[in-house]
Amino acid sequence: MTIPTSSIEQVIPAQGAMAQPETGKPTKAKRQRFRFVANKKAATGLVILGIYVLLAIIGPWIAPYDPGARGNDLVQPPSTEHWMGTTHLGQDVFSQLLTGTRSVMFVGFFAGIVATVLSVLIGVTAGYVGGKTDEALSAISNVFLVIPALPLIIIITSTLESAEDWLIALVIGLTSWSWNARVLRAQTLSLRRRDFVEAARATGERTWRVIVFELLPNLTAVIASGFVGTVIFAVLSEITLAFIGVTSATTWNWGTILFWAQGQQALAQSAWWWFVPAGLAIAILGTSLSLINFGIDEFVSPRLRSAGKTKLKTADGKTVRMRIGFTPVLNNSAAPHTHATPTPVVPTPVAPTPVVPAPADPQQKEVAP
Amino acid sequence: MKYFLQRLAFYLFTAWAAVTLNFFIPRMIPGDPVQSLVTKYQGQLSSQAIEALYVLFGLDKDANIWQEYVAYWKQLFSGDLGLSFTFFPTPVSEIISSSLPWTLLLVGITTVISFFLGTGLGILAGWRRGSWTDGLLPVTTFLSSVPYFWLGIIAIYLLTGPDSFFPSSGGFDSGLVPAWDQYFIPSAIQHSLLPALTILISSVSGWILSMRNMMVTVASEDYITVAHAKGLTDRRVAMSYAARNALLPNVSGFALSLGFIVGGTLLVEIVFSYPGVGFQLFQALGASDYPLMQGIFLIITISVLVANLLADIAYLLLDPRTRKEG
Repeated sequence: MTIPTSSIEQVIPAQGAMAQPETGKPTKAKRQRFRFVANKKAATGLVILGIYVLLAIIGPWIAPYDPGARGNDLVQPPSTEHWMGTTHLGQDVFSQLLTGTRSVMFVGFFAGIVATVLSVLIGVTAGYVGGKTDEALSAISNVFLVIPALPLIIIITSTLESAEDWLIALVIGLTSWSWNARVLRAQTLSLRRRDFVEAARATGERTWRVIVFELLPNLTAVIASGFVGTVIFAVLSEITLAFIGVTSATTWNWGTILFWAQGQQALAQSAWWWFVPAGLAIAILGTSLSLINFGIDEFVSPRLRSAGKTKLKTADGKTVRMRIGFTPVLNNSAAPHTHATPTPVVPTPVAPTPVVPAPADPQQKEVAP
Repeated sequence: MKYFLQRLAFYLFTAWAAVTLNFFIPRMIPGDPVQSLVTKYQGQLSSQAIEALYVLFGLDKDANIWQEYVAYWKQLFSGDLGLSFTFFPTPVSEIISSSLPWTLLLVGITTVISFFLGTGLGILAGWRRGSWTDGLLPVTTFLSSVPYFWLGIIAIYLLTGPDSFFPSSGGFDSGLVPAWDQYFIPSAIQHSLLPALTILISSVSGWILSMRNMMVTVASEDYITVAHAKGLTDRRVAMSYAARNALLPNVSGFALSLGFIVGGTLLVEIVFSYPGVGFQLFQALGASDYPLMQGIFLIITISVLVANLLADIAYLLLDPRTRKEG
């Protein structure tokens, strides 16, 4: 995730799918609740994420070996005994991978929660309160946005005496909230002037109540996508820190595996089984989280959905491409339609002329005569 | 102009914040960090290095924190970042100035290529939605989730070897001396190809995704329909109407991604033992060389700020609305 995979910023949730009036029977409302899961991308992402969470919980118990235990098979390729081969000390790579999942998931989620709470506090306050508070808070989040996060995290963690998981997660969370805060502020600004918020304020609701019960429910999608994005960033950061040896090498996570593989010349020995599984595990976790984010994006802004097949073959073998709000011209005549030709006036006998001319529909213009 | 001055003021403020952060971080370490370092090295540190450490951590005199802060600024303005004690007594500024050009060239060139390539592909993917370009999306999603350094490891594993064109580490052939001559430059280029390719592959996907999403959003705007209705060519509508507007958030999103790309580049340098700032930082980390680490952090931050300023100028040229007075 070099760039926030979310483009929610540009879309106001209340104008998207969520704003549809709650008409119809209660059964319909019940079905709508699960619409997010019905999105294929989101469902795939959630299933993969579920597997990772499960492994984070049971991983250390189902690991066939102690991840630190030395064995006699040094740097062996995968076999039935060691599914992912062994390290320079005869440790089982598969067990290391399973045991390491817990630390990775813990840091990812803990940092995600810290950053999300901070971004909601700062972003929503800045957007809702406005004035000098807004200026000060925006300046702070812009500063954090521009300072390169990874070097900052490296500098801070390297000065810590004992870099334990929760401490690293805290540092990552405290340094990576700014983007979400900015997005939330923009959203809050646009929601603040809506009628329902004004009405709540006019009836004398307290500020915190307006924020918690009127604004936050409408910001759910933005908050969720920010949380997922931060989890991806936190996971990558933690693994990076472990890889360059900043964190303690005694707790296992995927970065530690890569740290040892790099340090013990796994490349020179062509021991691919040592570093490939850990990297793939990161990539698949990252992909699943990105998929969830795409799901949220498409849920909020249906335009972004993949359009399916948009090319059509016409009868005379020409290819026409469909586009949103735009009907292709099926040109059957030889002459181009660039010049207006006088149309013979045909009196319409049935329909009375409307008093107000109907507004021009852009789609109608393009339909071939 | 007013917009430009505002941005300039903001970057100066950020630079001040970064320096202040850099000043306070070592002072927040509990206990006596110097003593713990001395015990860690068990007499390997010279007395001069210990003295330099005490100055850095502000433990040498009973001056109050404000006086230290002023002294720190005075030091910075004279270009003095302290002495590195891995390479004692070389000044930190000297080490950094020898490694910075490597990083600047590597990051600069790859970022520019990646931005234009990614934006171009994003325009295509967003405009021709539903064609083969939709197949790019899952691939780019996967690639953007891969850590930079792991991709580097894989590249070394697959593409380098005893008789491969690509060297697996270093910035130039070991027999050469850095100079602007016909032996050194080709060797430097040859060594930078693989790291550059790694950064390019991991960073391009982010640009593709964000540009594609902006193109899709812009493509349903009314002015696009009008442009089509006017009978303009598809290409003209795509480039001058849709892409020009979709580009703006991508340019302003430069700030966030640049910091991330720089962070990733540091890691790629470590994997390839490339003689840039990242590899230097790695060595400093291994030796707990705090003066070098902090100097590197400061230089990276200031470089990113300058790059952001350049991106702002580009934005100014692209979006006439920011040029309007008032």
